[in-house]
Amino acid sequence: MRFVLTTHYGQDVNLFRHNGQRFWYALLAVGAVAAPLFLNAFYVGELVLVFIWAVAGIGLMLLVGYTGLVSLGHAAFLAIGAYCHAVLLGYGVPFALSAPIAVAFTALVGALVGIPALRMTGVYLAIATLAFERIVAYVIEHWEPVTGGLRGMSVPQPEFFGLSLADSYVLYYFSLGVLAAGLFAAANLLRSPMGRAFIAVRDSEISAESMGVHLARTKTTAFAVSAAFTGLAGVLLAHRIGYLAPDAFTVQTSIQLLLLVVVGGLGSLHGVVFGAIFVGYLPQVIALARDVLPSAVGQIPGLELGVFGAILVLFLVFEPLGLYGRWLKIRSWLSQFPLYRKATHKRQKSYLRTERVH
Amino acid sequence: MEAFQLLLSGLSQGCVYGLIALGFVLIYKATEMLNFAQGDMMMLGAFVAFTLVNLLGLSFFVGFFLTLVVMVGFGMALERTVIRPMIGEPPFAVLMLTIGLGFILRAVAGAVWGSETETLDVPFAGNVLEVGGVVLGYENLVVIAGTALLCVALWAFFRYSRIGIAMQAASQNQLAAYYSGVPVKRVTSLVWGISAAISATAGILVAPVMLIDPMMGFLGIKAFAAAIVGGLGSLPGAIVGGLIIGVAEQFVGLYLPPGLGEVSAFVILLVMLMVRPQGIFASMQQKKV
Repeated sequence: MRFVLTTHYGQDVNLFRHNGQRFWYALLAVGAVAAPLFLNAFYVGELVLVFIWAVAGIGLMLLVGYTGLVSLGHAAFLAIGAYCHAVLLGYGVPFALSAPIAVAFTALVGALVGIPALRMTGVYLAIATLAFERIVAYVIEHWEPVTGGLRGMSVPQPEFFGLSLADSYVLYYFSLGVLAAGLFAAANLLRSPMGRAFIAVRDSEISAESMGVHLARTKTTAFAVSAAFTGLAGVLLAHRIGYLAPDAFTVQTSIQLLLLVVVGGLGSLHGVVFGAIFVGYLPQVIALARDVLPSAVGQIPGLELGVFGAILVLFLVFEPLGLYGRWLKIRSWLSQFPLYRKATHKRQKSYLRTERVH
Repeated sequence: MEAFQLLLSGLSQGCVYGLIALGFVLIYKATEMLNFAQGDMMMLGAFVAFTLVNLLGLSFFVGFFLTLVVMVGFGMALERTVIRPMIGEPPFAVLMLTIGLGFILRAVAGAVWGSETETLDVPFAGNVLEVGGVVLGYENLVVIAGTALLCVALWAFFRYSRIGIAMQAASQNQLAAYYSGVPVKRVTSLVWGISAAISATAGILVAPVMLIDPMMGFLGIKAFAAAIVGGLGSLPGAIVGGLIIGVAEQFVGLYLPPGLGEVSAFVILLVMLMVRPQGIFASMQQKKV
């Protein structure tokens, strides 16, 4: 076990607590940069998808894991980011301009969606976002001149200095950079007063308000930032899949994002990465399992979604802190061996806390 | 005349939304949990009835009551095994749990009954009633009558029966109810059971109008909209919200561009949240200190 001696206040908000952490993160960075040298194009493409899930996951984690608001319609923000970017590129707007515009536009839409739901509890937000997702899907399907309707639209692939984002190696480094910058930005946000306000709102709206946190402003900011990250993921996704169609952004996508944050571990940025790896590879594992299982089981319609649902339920009941929480337990078992006590991580039993009056 | 027929089919569709919303509101009132699997419980109820009536050949009414019994048991078992360990967890954890349950139910139904659409054998299917040039489908009339009957029964249950009054007490203040001797855990279990049975009724009533398949639970999404439009936490509000959305859908579907009927429920919901977020029958506000 390592004890860090605190000698100045800055240590409390440092991104890395000690040199050991710096070493391991540096090693991870080197590994991520070097990975394409050893992998073929297919696996690089799969990793790009994991990075994109992770960028979108940062957005949803800030909202669900840190602010305690649930969105069942994040696929809509993914779609808005992707379509906005692709449409702008189609009009000949340069990439360096169209991506920020797409992200800003998604953030604006996010703030607008958040507003009506802010006056009531998070319950309303969940259903409002679900409704919003259906409306966005309707607009995308029926606004044919711009979005191509059900036929979809292809995404122009711009080139910089002879490098095209259609190339999966180029896209790999680009999305790796975006993910690293996104994680850094989110970590910074979370140690700023606004990030602390998010956490306060999650833990108790009443006490946050009485500490001087402006509830509506905090929630709107959380929603806008969350939408912005998801929109950014949409921009990347547009280049990854190259052809946008409405069936890429469904309720299922929203649920996969929720699965990502729950399985990864609510309230941790590490969890985003764990969850992204999980959600990125789960469909392939299920596809492999379909071949192995007897056809009566393998051919069940909706099997994939059923497995998603089962995993979601199992994690919520048995490991609400997700994969990252499990890793923390394993780590403290290793560092305290043989003195590890199970009670260290025991969940505190609590009772129904009501935030309403009749 | 056309408008009248639209109104009637809208009302019958609205009754179904209202019934699902009723089950949803019942659980929300009693436990502050949102059950996003409500639509899938309806689907399950319809399939159970289908098994009893079509496959086992029971008469419709026997099958109907057996379905209710089965679904009450199912709701209580679900509460006991999955929901009760979640008490005290943050609300969104329960919400996501029920979303997961919905997916599981859909996959299980797909595995057991297959993904083809099925038709429930009902004694009143296909008949029409002609009154002064207006053709009224028996299916629609039965849905409306059934909903009205169920509402009266529920009202009487909550007003006069001992356990119904205990449920009201528990939903207003769990701790105070517990102190006064209300068995809160058993009451909560029963609330889930009743809610499942109401959903099953909705499923059976709607079966002749729209066919049974594992995906019919998506109807539930519109029921959530209905619950909020009516005022989350208000039982009459759930039915009224359902009727508003059901009728609006029919008229929008006919007079406005195609496909808009499908999303009209969601537009109404978002407008409602902007104009009057507490719903038509506001019954609760957020706690202020």
